[in-house]
Amino acid sequence: MNERVQLLLALADDELLLGWRNSEWTGIAPSLEEDVAFSSIAQTEIGHARALYELAARELGTDADALAFDRSLDEYRSAPLVELRRLEWARTIARHWLYETADAIRLESLRASEDAELAGIAAKIDREEVYHRIHAEMWADRLLASDEGRPRLEEALDELWPYALGVLDEELRPELVRRVEAKLGRTMSDVEPVARGTHEAELAELLDEMTMVRRSAPAGARW
Amino acid sequence: MSSASPTRDHVWRALADIPDPEIPVISIVDLGVIADVRIVGRRVEVDFTPTFMGCPALDTMRAQMEEAIRGLGAEPDVEVVLDDSWSTDRITPEGREKLRAAGFAPPTPRGEGTTLVQLQSNGFRCPYCGSRETALENIFGPTPCRSLRYCRDCKQPFEQFKTI
Repeated sequence: MNERVQLLLALADDELLLGWRNSEWTGIAPSLEEDVAFSSIAQTEIGHARALYELAARELGTDADALAFDRSLDEYRSAPLVELRRLEWARTIARHWLYETADAIRLESLRASEDAELAGIAAKIDREEVYHRIHAEMWADRLLASDEGRPRLEEALDELWPYALGVLDEELRPELVRRVEAKLGRTMSDVEPVARGTHEAELAELLDEMTMVRRSAPAGARW
Repeated sequence: MSSASPTRDHVWRALADIPDPEIPVISIVDLGVIADVRIVGRRVEVDFTPTFMGCPALDTMRAQMEEAIRGLGAEPDVEVVLDDSWSTDRITPEGREKLRAAGFAPPTPRGEGTTLVQLQSNGFRCPYCGSRETALENIFGPTPCRSLRYCRDCKQPFEQFKTI
């Protein structure tokens, strides 16, 4: 598997799994508005995953569904940040804001790629991610402005910080440090990133649920 | 089926009859998703520049384009363009008017930005009464392309086509 395919799969896996994690709020978010928001964000992320898997599938001679659902756990190239099950609001917002901040840096870098196809798809994804970023910033600001919200968000940000660093390649991490520190007005600790290549225990449970319907169908079923 | 190859005009006219699967008041040509049409012998090549990537209507649009081209007696070859060449600025003036008439506020031009400040401004007219006294209710809506707004004058919620 060449480097380009590995990159496409890493991007696609991040968006697919985060899409699934976001969709876990459908119906149980703290307000109806957030049911709609997290469901819509989930749909967009999964749409990005599909387009990225299609590019990878063309090189691998397979299809997007096979890449999304038929690989073994070890073959996923996702960042551990998106694998975590975070059904608690401050942690959800912390993950959402950290991921969107890191993803913006990654997309800026990809848009400048010499690979025209990759630069093109990154530009298209970025257009839609603008709305995810607005949502993430709005919630981070809202929690940071409240006496109860600020300490809870700050604690969750510290807990997830090594994971957030792990979303990005090494050369892009200093920019994430800069943006997060600028927002919070404090120094983030210098920690070892939880990088791609390892997986969280929660991933097995997620994959089991995510692939359940596909596995239950006879081979060759059409949807 | 005709024996002659269709012309580009024939193809554009046939494509202009295809409604958007989710907002059927507007055609896919009004929506601006057809980037180019080329006639190569019996084959009709269409460059399809999709709207929102998570939009479930994209597969339907593609299938309907292929059917329309086969209806002209030609072989369709629909190529999906995966770059940022589609934006809401590609929606035609006719398309924007059709959206408004159907109760969707059309997207603002891209140059005006997509910041929260802009979304929360009162630069959006209510498609029902024309008032600018409207407020953002939710950046997100029932499909990836829509936000929810509320008109303080006629007390009517409405959908805003997102600018991208």
